[in-house]
Amino acid sequence: MTKLLEVNDLRAFYGKTAALHGIDFNIDEGSVTALLGANGAGKSTTLRAISGMIKRTGDIKLNDQSLMKLATEDIVRMGVAHVPDGRGTFMKQTVENNLQLGAMTRHDKAGIAADIEMVYGYFPILKKRRTQQAGLLSGGEQQMLAVGRALMLRPKLLLLDEPSFGLAPLIVREIFDIFRRLNKDEKVSILLVEQNASIALELADHAYLIETGRIVFAGCAQDIKNDEKLRRSYLGY
Amino acid sequence: MTDLNNAISNFKDVPGGSNDVAVDRKRIMSIIAGLCILAAAVAMPFALSSFYIFQLTMILIYAIAIMGLNLLTGFNGQFSLGHAAFYAIGAYTAAIMMEKFGISYVWTLPVAAIICFIFGFLFGLPALRLEGIYLALATFALSVATPQILKFSLFEDWTGGVQGLVIMKPDAPAGLPLTSDQWLYVFTLIVTGLMYLLAKNLIRTRTGRAMMAIRDNPLAARSMGINNPIYKAVTFGVSGLYTGVAGALGAIVVQFVAPDSFTIYLSVALLVGLVVGGVGWLPGAFFGAAFILVIPNVAEHFSKGLSGATYGLILILLMLVMPGGFAGFLRLCSSTFKLWATKKAP
Amino acid sequence: MELFGQQIMAGLANGAIYACVALALVMIYQAIGHVNFAQGEMAMFSTFIAWQLMQWGLPYWAAFIGSIVISFAGGVLIDRLVFKPIRTAAVLSQIVMFVGLLAILNSAAGFIWDFTSKPFPAPFGADPLFGSRLVSTHQAAMVAICFLLLALLYVFFRYTRVGLAMQSAAENPASAKLVGIRVEWMIALGWGLAASIGAIAGLLIAPIVFLEPNMMLGILLYGFAAAVLGGLSSPVGAVFGGFAVGIIENLSGTYIPGVGGELKLTIALLIIICVLVVKPSGLFGVRHAQRV
Repeated sequence: MTKLLEVNDLRAFYGKTAALHGIDFNIDEGSVTALLGANGAGKSTTLRAISGMIKRTGDIKLNDQSLMKLATEDIVRMGVAHVPDGRGTFMKQTVENNLQLGAMTRHDKAGIAADIEMVYGYFPILKKRRTQQAGLLSGGEQQMLAVGRALMLRPKLLLLDEPSFGLAPLIVREIFDIFRRLNKDEKVSILLVEQNASIALELADHAYLIETGRIVFAGCAQDIKNDEKLRRSYLGY
Repeated sequence: MTDLNNAISNFKDVPGGSNDVAVDRKRIMSIIAGLCILAAAVAMPFALSSFYIFQLTMILIYAIAIMGLNLLTGFNGQFSLGHAAFYAIGAYTAAIMMEKFGISYVWTLPVAAIICFIFGFLFGLPALRLEGIYLALATFALSVATPQILKFSLFEDWTGGVQGLVIMKPDAPAGLPLTSDQWLYVFTLIVTGLMYLLAKNLIRTRTGRAMMAIRDNPLAARSMGINNPIYKAVTFGVSGLYTGVAGALGAIVVQFVAPDSFTIYLSVALLVGLVVGGVGWLPGAFFGAAFILVIPNVAEHFSKGLSGATYGLILILLMLVMPGGFAGFLRLCSSTFKLWATKKAP
Repeated sequence: MELFGQQIMAGLANGAIYACVALALVMIYQAIGHVNFAQGEMAMFSTFIAWQLMQWGLPYWAAFIGSIVISFAGGVLIDRLVFKPIRTAAVLSQIVMFVGLLAILNSAAGFIWDFTSKPFPAPFGADPLFGSRLVSTHQAAMVAICFLLLALLYVFFRYTRVGLAMQSAAENPASAKLVGIRVEWMIALGWGLAASIGAIAGLLIAPIVFLEPNMMLGILLYGFAAAVLGGLSSPVGAVFGGFAVGIIENLSGTYIPGVGGELKLTIALLIIICVLVVKPSGLFGVRHAQRV
């Protein structure tokens, strides 16, 4: 299994406050890795550190190339698509323009058009609303749009920040099914940050537990699911 | 164990008391600092020539005006480029009362205060729907309109038209061994002190917290039951009141009012003073006032032909280095000091 | 009735000036979310540069193009040197930056080129248009150029990738970065474009009001009013606002008794405020609905 992403001694800072205190983890190519933990544990911070959105030290390598000196815009060009918490939708633009924006770094017009259709294939509701203002979509639809936008990059690595947040359970199931398909069919590697541990563990191959900026457990998703003591103490169920 | 708990809870109940020694120390230090500054302020008129007394008096006056602007913009989040209008109204109120009606200068202040409050409130009401840049334009229009209206021929009998009005300088009250300038300085100092304490207390109360809630998150404020429109309009009124009182004092001290003294440039200067002092920090008004009074003179000394460019350059450099104004500078100092102090502690 | 028609025409001619300035203001607003209070002074400075190029022997159109290119570069430079470092600072601090910039440009222009009014060539001739005394060919050309600029901007924002990128960078810089848009360069581009448009405005205005460092002060006020009236998010609104302000200014000067040169601006602004109170985002401003 080739290592797609290698993270070593990652520390991240908001201003002068350290939020991550030196974490290490790896992501295998083609896998789904879940990063779990409570509120404020540092899950979103980890994703932001990978995308270069906050101050970080340590080492992050994507396919053996270091991301540490790169700005966010360049990390994106390396194939990392980050769906931020809160979706990050361009509210004033149409649904279709949001997808076009996802392809901003690409220049193959035919490929882009084909990929937009591909996204509509996964999310038919977006096709119905293609000319509508994105800010008027429901939470679930905006989440789909955010994922669709990320897919337009044809990413090597998809970073998902709490995709289930604020969504009805049925919609969450729908979206996670699509994640499964994306991973299996389109071979997209996924790093998934979630508070909803149970649904995350159903999808993930590997999982890391993070608590106040430190990784406290790493292993197979199955192992965590089956270990009741672990689940109770760290995940609360 | 229970005894200790009781002791702590008793300590907490003492009004003004705190179970944090560091907070106590901070309060004592700020009281001492305040007294020192006050002592210096009172002593100054007896040590300086009348020109410098005049400058100091003007600094105090602009400080009051900036305090007013701070209440509106810094604490309530409403942007204003129109405060020259309130200053002008206060100034002309004083001038007309003193020159056309022969009323003593002391009464001009409360009258100016009331008139400007009403005017501010009335302006604040329709301005409620305007936000950010749109409010800026509305207040901007106020500034632009003011000198034009003051020059308007219809009002010439009252306003003195383009030439304006000259005011007689009031003497110190009989029995006090002070010159006019010294007395006006002391008078202004007293008024400034009162207005400052008033503002400080306003901020501390529920009203102040409501004002700041509206600034930080109007939607949340509304859903907590704060009557946004009333608070915003009243804040506008209070802000106008402060700047109007400053204007009245200004007229008395300068002994002259004319339409072209109250243009958009004054509004911009007050805004610059607000930012340089520190938005949302009351004492900043004094630093801001000193800045807008002194620095343009410094710039002119530096280069007669490029005085504007020098001033602009100073402003830009200042914002690059201290975007938070003097308040930001003090915060940086204090956090650096704290960092140094904790590192030194065993 | 004929007088009324002529006043409308004259108002439109003046309005073209305000429309151009308003376009530049809207351009920057689209790019950075702030109003460039120094826009007038930048336009004035650009016009002086063109004047200087002509003094050094360049023909008019070469100086025109030269000034626009230099202004573009100047705009980018101002953004990178002055505004980029305080990108995250409070809005009010940034406004003070604008005040500083304004002071520098005005003072520097006066120092370099002094404060006497200089005549400036009108490239389209100053003859009366179709015999009307109120509108000259130059003024008609101004209106036409204004519409041309508008059309170009419309196409730029609506149909090009860069235009979309620029809008998105202004709307949501964090998300824009996450799709690979180089946000800092988009902002610099916005500045450059606004500076160029301002330069064009200045070059068109100078023949009418004569070139001197304070020539743009009054015009900027009207341009600002026009931009807000039209709604800051809309180039179409900016142009419409410009013409509207021009017409209002002219008609109020002619038909409202006692309103001389000085009170015209007050009346215009008053009317604009009334409009804003009824429609707080301006006539063409779109209130973007947001789910709370």
